[in-house]
Amino acid sequence: MNPVSPCLPNADPWLAHTVRIASITDEIQDVATYRLEFVDAAIADEFSFLPGQFNMLYLPGVGEAAISISSDPQQRGVLDHTVRVAGNVTGELARLNAGATFGLRGPFGSAWPIDECVGGDVVIVTGGIGLAPLRPAIHELLNRRDECGQLTLLYGAREPSGLLYTNEFDDWRQRGFDVAVTVDRGTDAWKGNVGVVPQLLDRMPLENPEQTTVLCCGPEVMMWFAARSALGRGVPAERIWVSLERNMNCAIGLCGHCQFGPSFICKDGPVLRYDQVAPLLRVEGF
Amino acid sequence: MSTETTTETEVFLPKAELQSLIDCLLGDGFTVVGPTVDQDAIVYGEISSVDALPRGWTDRQEAAKYRLERRDDDALFGFVVGPHSWKKYLFPPLTTLASAQKTDDGWQMRTPEPDSTKYAFLGVRACELAAIGIQDRVFTGGPYVDPVYDTRRKNAFIIAVNCTQAAPTCFCSSMNTGPQCSSGFDLALTELADGFVIEAGSDAGSSVLVRLATQPISTEQTSQADAARQQAVDQQTKQLDTANIRDVLLGNLEHPRWQEVGAKCLGCTNCTMVCPTCFCSSVEEVSDLAGENVERQRHWDSCFNLSFSYMSHGTTRNTITHRYRQWLTHKLASWHDQFGTSGCVGCGRCITWCPVGIDLTEEVAAIRGNEDYCDLTTGEEA
Repeated sequence: MNPVSPCLPNADPWLAHTVRIASITDEIQDVATYRLEFVDAAIADEFSFLPGQFNMLYLPGVGEAAISISSDPQQRGVLDHTVRVAGNVTGELARLNAGATFGLRGPFGSAWPIDECVGGDVVIVTGGIGLAPLRPAIHELLNRRDECGQLTLLYGAREPSGLLYTNEFDDWRQRGFDVAVTVDRGTDAWKGNVGVVPQLLDRMPLENPEQTTVLCCGPEVMMWFAARSALGRGVPAERIWVSLERNMNCAIGLCGHCQFGPSFICKDGPVLRYDQVAPLLRVEGF
Repeated sequence: MSTETTTETEVFLPKAELQSLIDCLLGDGFTVVGPTVDQDAIVYGEISSVDALPRGWTDRQEAAKYRLERRDDDALFGFVVGPHSWKKYLFPPLTTLASAQKTDDGWQMRTPEPDSTKYAFLGVRACELAAIGIQDRVFTGGPYVDPVYDTRRKNAFIIAVNCTQAAPTCFCSSMNTGPQCSSGFDLALTELADGFVIEAGSDAGSSVLVRLATQPISTEQTSQADAARQQAVDQQTKQLDTANIRDVLLGNLEHPRWQEVGAKCLGCTNCTMVCPTCFCSSVEEVSDLAGENVERQRHWDSCFNLSFSYMSHGTTRNTITHRYRQWLTHKLASWHDQFGTSGCVGCGRCITWCPVGIDLTEEVAAIRGNEDYCDLTTGEEA
């Protein structure tokens, strides 16, 4: 079983809590990180989350969007969401300034299996905005650095301007994360890798594949190739985890939108064990 | 209401006394809902008199066809099921879940007080009792309980009516849900020519039953009721082979039959609207012109709608073929994984109300024709 929310389900799952934008950090084109604080101090004290979980951000009159939490779960009082403008809700969010209020329901969904990661090596494979839901896992693994073996982040984007959190990579490296980056298309200034992310996994040394956990978030085709590479290198299928995305409306398993065969992505996912979903990932339109 | 089964014996309620049952429930503060004729169909609506019931009417059903016809008697429940189901009351088609008001201190969020309406459902068939049981699991059996459903369900008083006939679209026997009502009711009736055989299925039911002018039941009435109920069994012709159905369907996701049914299906959502267990919904924002008072309204939605699986980078189920496959595999296969039960009760509504007459039992039989399949959830060859 995946880890589930540390919070008790809200007595009224439809009640949003009011949050205020404490600060906004522009990341890359159309992507910003919103640091949120609860207006109600009691909620702020109570709120905690696991890495990989998401919140429903609610802009009254516009709607809700499921956005993963991107901050360190151990840093109480800090709640970041890195959001790309992709639709009505995220578009309206991008027009708000610090101090604005809106609603939040959460946290929802399953988490990255950090307890299963520690004791072995961890490879994080991700692309583009997919790094956002893995950032809490990176923080959590670094918080428990002494308990882990080798930690590696393999990260890609279409082009260098699509890479998130680049100013944090040095800090992560210093604290013990190997960070390898690639882009699909380089620029004149780009001196790094060019190619797709799963190729980085193909090339990296894996000393203890049986003790290695792979955490994956990105386009389904990328996750499929990454998982295939990991399996080919001897990583057990049950140590490969993916974060899936589907249309979400209620986030509590009641509206039916996010179904993926037997799973509701909102409550059984978004983090799921690869071997439990892999065959369905290949079925078009399912 | 309590659904504990008590061992009440059956008694007889003369037809003239049915009104006193309605009056009794109205007096207890219930809103009584029962079958009534509207726009050439038997639907469920609020009633206060037995005169609102479809006396002397029956329904003729087959794939894509529903007609009301006159009976040659004055039966009040001499029909099967119509386009409505009780989910209309327990899981209302439109309901306000929350609201937001803009103030000088920012947005204030609220959720409404639970609806205190107490419904008494008169005329719940065995398949519908099963459907309510399934929606109980969906809305109240998981980590998150839907407050709207939960409140209405706890307040509901259920008067079941045993079917005494079956339509060609009925297949509750295959689904093990009927036709006889065995549990999940407060009172259960079997209609005879001059009255009802009535039994209580809960303490709440017993406490109503003792207030009615019932009579001891005769051996003849017992055997008449048995015969009437048996008729609903004997008339049932449609079957759905449920053996290993989850694996058969999930193991045949690329079966050519999906393309064939996808070419026929209009994607109209009728099957999901009339289905007593389909629970899909969407929430919409309803705002005043200033955008300062906003309600969040939930309405029924359907996996047949294109927008249902929309994501910013693409729609998951772009074709009707994909959407029909989603509906049927969910209903009959993955529902078992999610809720430990089939999502189908064999009521046949989706067959009757499909404008092009798609019959899910035929679809399953066609897919079952291919016994060579691979379980895609485990990758194992069957």
